[in-house]
Amino acid sequence: MTVPTKTALFSGFFVAGITGFGGVLPVARRMIVEERRWLTGPEFTELLALCQLVPGANMCNMSVALGARFHGLAGSVVALTGLLAAPVAIALGLGGLFAAYGHVPWVQRGFVGLAAAAAGLVVGTGFKIGWPLRGLGRSVLVIAIVIGAVAGLRTPLLPTMLVLVPFSVWLHW
Amino acid sequence: MVALVNDLLELAKLYGQLSVLAVGGVQSVIPEMQRQVVTVHHWMPAEEFAALFALGQAAPGPNLLVATLVGARVAGLPGAAVATLSMLVPSSLLILGVASAWHRFRDHAWRRRLQAGLVPLTAGLVIAASILLVRSTTTGAGTALVTAATAAALVATRAHPVLLLAAGAVLGVLGA
Repeated sequence: MTVPTKTALFSGFFVAGITGFGGVLPVARRMIVEERRWLTGPEFTELLALCQLVPGANMCNMSVALGARFHGLAGSVVALTGLLAAPVAIALGLGGLFAAYGHVPWVQRGFVGLAAAAAGLVVGTGFKIGWPLRGLGRSVLVIAIVIGAVAGLRTPLLPTMLVLVPFSVWLHW
Repeated sequence: MVALVNDLLELAKLYGQLSVLAVGGVQSVIPEMQRQVVTVHHWMPAEEFAALFALGQAAPGPNLLVATLVGARVAGLPGAAVATLSMLVPSSLLILGVASAWHRFRDHAWRRRLQAGLVPLTAGLVIAASILLVRSTTTGAGTALVTAATAAALVATRAHPVLLLAAGAVLGVLGA
């Protein structure tokens, strides 16, 4: 395995960010494990588990943790900045177009279709995460409580999680 | 000026909190983000929030870009910067704090148990997010069909998500 320089950390995550359409994980894994060999496959999987466990965007967490492993805090900042520089600029550009042309009828129809498709992607993602748990009664119970509270009663998330995180972890221990 | 500073403070408070609540990723906090942005702060209607979420998905990169876009809509470039950084800093500090301990305890069973308890929470939150988004993006039979077809394609095929988003936009222009 090779230890990347700070420049390499920046460029690696920059490419992963700008090419990571619809999710950075696949391109990041290829870059980190196969192309640049910063981590072995099992090391990557172990770090990914942590990044999914700790709150926040998974791939941002990955860039922070990996940057810190090689170059401390400076490494984290460099890797995270590389990952986000292009996507943030592109998103702001799209937001500007939406603000400027969002009222033009055919553009408006396009955004309505785009939003419906984006919602569909979340429906599919929820299905993919939830379906493997269908046989586990206690997991199904937790899923039902979360949906009822958050989508049904619209309870604020902070108190909801303060109750449900300990409850679910206890239930699954 | 005072109004701008106020908005920036509210953005920092909101996204700082969402940062540490986003178990399993940013999609988990979409319901709370929508509740705060639409119902509590009245920054925009639910339809516009769904459109900004979609734009964030259409751009490459991590899916926290919806925070950037909400920040920009509420308070321009300073808002975008404050919302993005607030979403990043707390969770980043958290992972910096636990990364080395995580490696040390890699063989301990509690890690798997903790994960087993968190996965159904993430599943419930993402499903709740999908319900709320669908509620504000469904304008009729056409959009309902686009949503259902996109979800089915994501689950059952290897079609790239960006192609599915592009197809939705084209169908929308054609009058779905």
